[in-house]
Amino acid sequence: MQTHCLEGGFLNQPIDASHAFRAIMIAMARPGEISVVAGVKPPEPMSTAAGTVLLTLCDPETPLFLAPSHDTPQIRDWITFYTGAPFTVAEHAIFAIGAWDQLPLAVFPCGTAEYPDRSTTLIVELPTLTSSGAMLSGPGIKDQTELSLPGTKIFQDNARLFPLGLDFIFTCGGCIAALPRTTRVS
Amino acid sequence: MSDYNFAYLDEQTKRMIRRAILKGLAIPGYQVPFASREMPMPYGWGTGGVQVSAAVLTPDDTFKVIDQGADDTTNAVSIRRFFQKTAGIAVTEATADASVIQTRHRIPEQVLRSDQIIVYQVPIPEPLRFLEPSEVETRKMHSLEEYGLMHVKLYEDISQHGDIATAYAYPVKVEGRYVMDPSPIPKFDNPKLEMAGIQLFGAGREQRIYAIPPYTKVVSLDFEDYPFQPTKADHACDLCAATDSYLDELIVDDEGSRMFMCSDTDYCSTRRKQGHNGAQGVPYAEDAA
Repeated sequence: MQTHCLEGGFLNQPIDASHAFRAIMIAMARPGEISVVAGVKPPEPMSTAAGTVLLTLCDPETPLFLAPSHDTPQIRDWITFYTGAPFTVAEHAIFAIGAWDQLPLAVFPCGTAEYPDRSTTLIVELPTLTSSGAMLSGPGIKDQTELSLPGTKIFQDNARLFPLGLDFIFTCGGCIAALPRTTRVS
Repeated sequence: MSDYNFAYLDEQTKRMIRRAILKGLAIPGYQVPFASREMPMPYGWGTGGVQVSAAVLTPDDTFKVIDQGADDTTNAVSIRRFFQKTAGIAVTEATADASVIQTRHRIPEQVLRSDQIIVYQVPIPEPLRFLEPSEVETRKMHSLEEYGLMHVKLYEDISQHGDIATAYAYPVKVEGRYVMDPSPIPKFDNPKLEMAGIQLFGAGREQRIYAIPPYTKVVSLDFEDYPFQPTKADHACDLCAATDSYLDELIVDDEGSRMFMCSDTDYCSTRRKQGHNGAQGVPYAEDAA
């Protein structure tokens, strides 16, 4: 293991994670709203925001799927050192991280009728993240809002599964936004 | 500097609670199981709310705790001091100044803003529990959206009492899908469940967390010919003369004399400071002196 895998985590874990979680929670409660997180420097090509989400939410209890874009020895070592999250296949993932076109969306668990919470949360790295694009409405959104989504139909299909479905956290640089299964996309 | 980890809980426990909160927000009204910890207070004293607050608080927050609307009761004071001691955060009694509010059985009268978070202490999170004791069965009923039994219960209220007699913990349907227990808030507070702030619910003994994101549709169950009615005592507050707030009835002497006063102590004292004075009240300045 290289020494750089031992660097780039939270400097003050309890405090930094509390601020990071607040940003993630606001993102999930208000779909489309873009929040900023900081304090983590993961290995390339993982963004600061994606690294922050992983360090805030992942630990040995959360099997993690790495898409090919993020499946490098450096990233594996860094995640293992900081979180201890086991790596797994998409079928068993609690969290998944990667570029949009490298995530096998059809394979991730989307919960069961009695336990819809047992579904994957995907951390999707995007080249841009702005408040324009697809129109969003639903819980957490006052009337309507816009977010630059990488697709439309896939999210409409996901919302139709409600209360089952996947939940998405989009990351770009230090910015995060989220799209839970309840959001209607047009 | 405190001898405790920030906000008492260890980081792995907080991560587990935080994951449950996110799934709760993604599935409004659905009760997410979580591994509730033993807290340094007994079950029934708000251990669920305390764990959710501990996972949510940041050092920049200003924290308010109310118990049946009051900031100065034992439960509220001890939880407020708990987080002062273990998280070193600022506390307040003013609803408007709080960024996180933990509550037992009330929603503040003042409308909450979009930057505020309210955490409810929940004793029995399962709205169907008193109708069906088996968790296996109630989980199946939620998965099949089979809520007929709840309507039968409300109908039996009408047939026995001529009215829906359920006055608190009045069941609601969230976003047209899950029937949810809003915790034992008076049904007067039910219309406030559609709000701009984030609402989180924690049940420690029952090990469930659930949530309502801002602007989510929350409908109190009713019938076309018996529509839902948020009720309160037909009286004005005897201290601040408010007619729009939820009232507590107090017996004040051995002769059975009564008075009504706002259950929300911050709302009441704020009005009294503004010069409002009820039938049995003395002006705020004289009272303080």
